[in-house]
Amino acid sequence: MPRVNMVQALNMALREEMRRDPRVVVLGEDVGRMGGVFLVTEGLIEEFGEERVIDTPLTEMGIVGVAIGMAMYGLRPVAEIQFIDFIYEAFDQIVNNAAWMRFRSAGMYKVPLVIRGPCCGGIRGGMHHSQSNEAYFIHTPGLYVVMPSRPYDAKGLLKESIRVDDAVIFLEPKSVYRTVREEVPEDDYTIPLGKGRVVREGDDVTLVTWGAMVYVAEKAAELAEKRRGWSVEIIDLRTLFPWDKDLVVSSLEKTGRLVIVHEAWKTLGPGAEISAYIAENHIDLLRGPVKRVASYDTPFPLVHEKLYMPNVARIYRALMEVMEW
Amino acid sequence: MTSLLGDVDLPFKPLPPRVLEEYSGMLREALGFKRAIDEEGRVVDESLLPKLTNRELAEIYEYMVRARVLDGWLLKLQRMGKVALHAPNRGQEATAVGTAKPMKPHDWLFPSYRELGAYIVRGMSEEEILDRAMNTIDDPLKGSDFAIYGNRKYNIVPAPVPVGNQIPLATGAAIAAKILGHDTVVVAMFGDGASSRGDFHTGLNFAGVFKAPVVYVLQNNQWAISVPTKRQTAAPSFAVKALAYGVPGIRVDGNDVLAVYSIVSRAIERARRREGPTLVEAVTYRLGAHTTADDPSRYRREEEVKIAERYEPLRRYRKFLESQGVLTEKEALQLEEEWDSRVEEIVRKVLQKPGLPKDVFFENVYERPPWVLEEEKKEFEESLKIAEELGIELEE
Ligand SMILES: Cc1ncc(C[n+]2csc(CCOP(=O)(O)OP(=O)(O)O)c2C)c(N)n1
Ligand SMILES: [Mg+2]
Repeated sequence: MPRVNMVQALNMALREEMRRDPRVVVLGEDVGRMGGVFLVTEGLIEEFGEERVIDTPLTEMGIVGVAIGMAMYGLRPVAEIQFIDFIYEAFDQIVNNAAWMRFRSAGMYKVPLVIRGPCCGGIRGGMHHSQSNEAYFIHTPGLYVVMPSRPYDAKGLLKESIRVDDAVIFLEPKSVYRTVREEVPEDDYTIPLGKGRVVREGDDVTLVTWGAMVYVAEKAAELAEKRRGWSVEIIDLRTLFPWDKDLVVSSLEKTGRLVIVHEAWKTLGPGAEISAYIAENHIDLLRGPVKRVASYDTPFPLVHEKLYMPNVARIYRALMEVMEW
Repeated sequence: MTSLLGDVDLPFKPLPPRVLEEYSGMLREALGFKRAIDEEGRVVDESLLPKLTNRELAEIYEYMVRARVLDGWLLKLQRMGKVALHAPNRGQEATAVGTAKPMKPHDWLFPSYRELGAYIVRGMSEEEILDRAMNTIDDPLKGSDFAIYGNRKYNIVPAPVPVGNQIPLATGAAIAAKILGHDTVVVAMFGDGASSRGDFHTGLNFAGVFKAPVVYVLQNNQWAISVPTKRQTAAPSFAVKALAYGVPGIRVDGNDVLAVYSIVSRAIERARRREGPTLVEAVTYRLGAHTTADDPSRYRREEEVKIAERYEPLRRYRKFLESQGVLTEKEALQLEEEWDSRVEEIVRKVLQKPGLPKDVFFENVYERPPWVLEEEKKEFEESLKIAEELGIELEE
């Protein structure tokens, strides 16, 4: 099995799906002859040609709108947004057409589309190359929202996303693109949407997170274990809508304590939904308050980003608050 | 008041011949090519030579030199890890300088991220630009984003990183100036790639409808990262796009600083007379990488760049100045060396400055911070203390 990084795993997924299904096409800015600014689509144009690997004019509204039309007609497009921060021009298309076409045509038309792109911070990218804006999409009925944290999941989840008959927003934490390597099978495997995974088992507190925060959470958990003897269970949700509530609830049955860590803004971030759901339905499981560690409610800064995003100290503080409550 | 037959076409009929005539004239400009001097600095169109004194002509050259020297330093500093990202300007100095020079101080500029020459012309110093690029304590934009510049002091609105989203803002500011009875003209600069965005189309459409006093300068540097202009549009020029919005478009040699100056200054005058907007397409070439994060060898040949180097704007203008007896080759080179050592000194000074405070990002989100941010700031301060107690370095 080859040891690959997330960029290579995503490339494998695209290549395999394009070989398997001639309806799969890739489009976006610089995805063709350049292979994408992060090289996720490297080599695809050589194998599949310009009709299936399409360098587009510079407009996210155009890329997404055209991809929706392609999907409705019978292709299975994968539209790249060069940085997810640039997706806002496409919002009308995403909400009104990608998400709602099935409903507004009473099921006559479907939009089997993947909109994928790099997200999140940690590379000193400033306010337009760092955002974690998943909440906008989670909030919109009709969309799946996915964010892998490691190469193995990236491949399996992207393949599944391409096969799903609804629109999927597929967010790739770019700080992990080349920093994590692991064995990824060359065979055809998929990971179902809506299923999280336990990254680290523990008994005292459940820490729910996703994307690059998985690695920061692991560091904080190790520190908490070493200094205080607390045993932290970490869950990587992987899919943010629908999120794996069964996995979270079964962990809470064991720990009774919940900390949610995400890079998205705190106000109405995904943590708010998870926390509210648990409060509504499983208050009996909780031994103390739910704590959220999120990016502060300001635009993403170019300077001091590591202080702005959840970091080990901030997560440690939240763990203290729930453990010592 | 409702008008009868004023707002609609009844009965339907062909457009009057004068419209076709007017549009064929506009078409010639939009598909034409204005240039004052050729690649060897020889005058080819007297009518495009601006009426400037020798001192002003030399000053224009100096601005271009300053832009080029600073560009080189920003590249160097990025390689040293002192600057997060830089978008090289090399080759596009004539468009930036030629656009900003005819503007008045109270005119507004909505630039893109590749216009060092324009900032310098409008009074921004090398020190300020370096403070910005290195996010020192004096960074006027307080660490908000990389590769962009702006300062209300010079009526330069900070460029957006999302390509082209300043275009409707420029239109709106111009309409506001008109409503308020100011004689301000607004200038927006952006690339060929930006012309594909909805913002471009809606910005020009509003400008046409409301006769906004705005000048759009589209820098066609022939690339949008790896995408050549032929993939950006099937139209034969970018200038021609304006015509669909009832706005004149003019295609000009963007490496000819005199032609850019003349055409932009005519467009500004037209806007100042409240006769409407203009789109100027400046044809140029991006000699450098897209940004310091880009490797152009993945998508374009080195030979192409070598050929383009021959047409670069400084050499051409230097030849013109020499032929006019304004500046000798030696004086020109001296100027470059002078600015290089001046900037070196500034760099040394700026490198000594402290960075921005840790809590800077809590500023300027709202005029009056809501309780949410106040609570978050408390958490922030506590987390810094915890990091200290735990002995962990958060920012490595
Ligand atoms: C809305 C948006 N989409 C994508 C990007 C990524 N990007 C940055 S610059 C660029 C190309 C811009 O080309 P052009 O407008 O011609 O300007 P140039 O860089 O050539 O000066 C792209 C695609 C962006 N900044 N904004
Ligand atoms: Mg360009």
